Amino acid sequence: MATDRVVVVGASMAGLRAAEAVRKAGYAGEVVVIGDEPHMPYNRPPLSKTALGTAPDDLSFRIPRHARDATWRLGEPVTAADLSARTVTLSGGDTLGWSGLVIASGLRPRRLPLPGPDRCVIRTLEDAARVRAALRPGTRLVVVGAGFVGCEVAAAARTLGARVDVVAPERVPVERPLGPLLGAALQRRHEAHGVRFHLGTVPVEYREASVVLGDGTELPADLVVEAVGCTPATEWLAGTGLDLTDGVLCDNALRAGGRPDVVACGDLARFPNPLFDAVPRRVEHWTMATDTGKRAGTTLARHLTGAVGDEPPFAPLPSFWSDQYGFRLQSYGAVGPADDVRVLEGDPDGEVAVGYHRTGRLTGVVLLGLGARYAHYRSLVTSAADLALR
Amino acid sequence: MHVVVDLNKCQDHGQCVFSAPSVFSLDGQGKLAFRAEASGTYVSPSLGEDHRDDVEEAADVCPLQAITVED
Repeated sequence: MATDRVVVVGASMAGLRAAEAVRKAGYAGEVVVIGDEPHMPYNRPPLSKTALGTAPDDLSFRIPRHARDATWRLGEPVTAADLSARTVTLSGGDTLGWSGLVIASGLRPRRLPLPGPDRCVIRTLEDAARVRAALRPGTRLVVVGAGFVGCEVAAAARTLGARVDVVAPERVPVERPLGPLLGAALQRRHEAHGVRFHLGTVPVEYREASVVLGDGTELPADLVVEAVGCTPATEWLAGTGLDLTDGVLCDNALRAGGRPDVVACGDLARFPNPLFDAVPRRVEHWTMATDTGKRAGTTLARHLTGAVGDEPPFAPLPSFWSDQYGFRLQSYGAVGPADDVRVLEGDPDGEVAVGYHRTGRLTGVVLLGLGARYAHYRSLVTSAADLALR
Repeated sequence: MHVVVDLNKCQDHGQCVFSAPSVFSLDGQGKLAFRAEASGTYVSPSLGEDHRDDVEEAADVCPLQAITVED
């Protein structure tokens, strides 16, 4: 008899949601989730925030009822896949057959290719624990990278009384995701809290107790955190014929390689979202792990159970947040590639709503504070998207 | 079926409101409306099965994982 098994490669949030959705959509065969970390799926956002100050309570996700009979193989990475034979191979040498494959292996932190003493990153529980153990009042911390993770680490470390320098090649922090208007506003907030920025430059040398920058500055450093983005963990898919350019290329239903029995989800799934355009993109937002996990699991289960009919197009609204000092940044919609960015309400140095427009259409809103206005601005973005879908 | 919200974990992100608007709402200050009814832990009255998909979605998308659905 042919294998009747769904294998989910990746035991983080997207993998969990996919495993749940496969069962919820009616698949009755075996579900196996394989993870390289030795932990059940856990919530990562606190790792760059509160978890740097005090050890977090258990961050594990509850296992929802539809995922309770899944089999978990943790602490054992998948090293290879064979899409013709329908197998995956684990690092211990075991080979596991499947009738459906979910690719949810996520990202790993990028590292700067510089020699010198070891640097910290923030991706796993162990990473956060290592930084937490080293952060003390007065610790001289150099954060390399001024994206969200870098800014959150800087804020958490300042809150703990560390001395913080942030180094990044951009003109302002979070310039690529949010643009110069909000980037400059966030920089002012950090500077008001005592963070020193070194922008338009990069580290060129790591020494035992310092970091040397391209402009010649030498920053004393007891601790260095590299937060320079992530790359998709797709090495195990090499040679499968899948398009692995920046993640795993998928269709709108999250099928990969044009196959009905292979789907991808989470940070590495590159798919077109008809809310905005036809360009396949990866979206590294927390909410997208759940949205894509559920959709990928449903797509796969419908194939495996012979369900008929089409699901509606997959058009999830991107959404993310960031907590820094006492304020929250909340984003709805697409805010990256915009040709017109302007304040809709408030003041960038206080509470503000900033609108992102493409060719005259509102595609996204970012709020600093203004919690009571979330529903209003979210509905503005979804209404504009609904109009565009028609 | 009940929803249980840990109001100490909750940080008023409002994602639950978008998933299950018939159960969750924010007040005029952007705070979870249940805060007016409880402190510590909020336990809802018994909810019909027709709410189940929505409240399970709300529990899944809560950034603080502060919501549980209990039978």
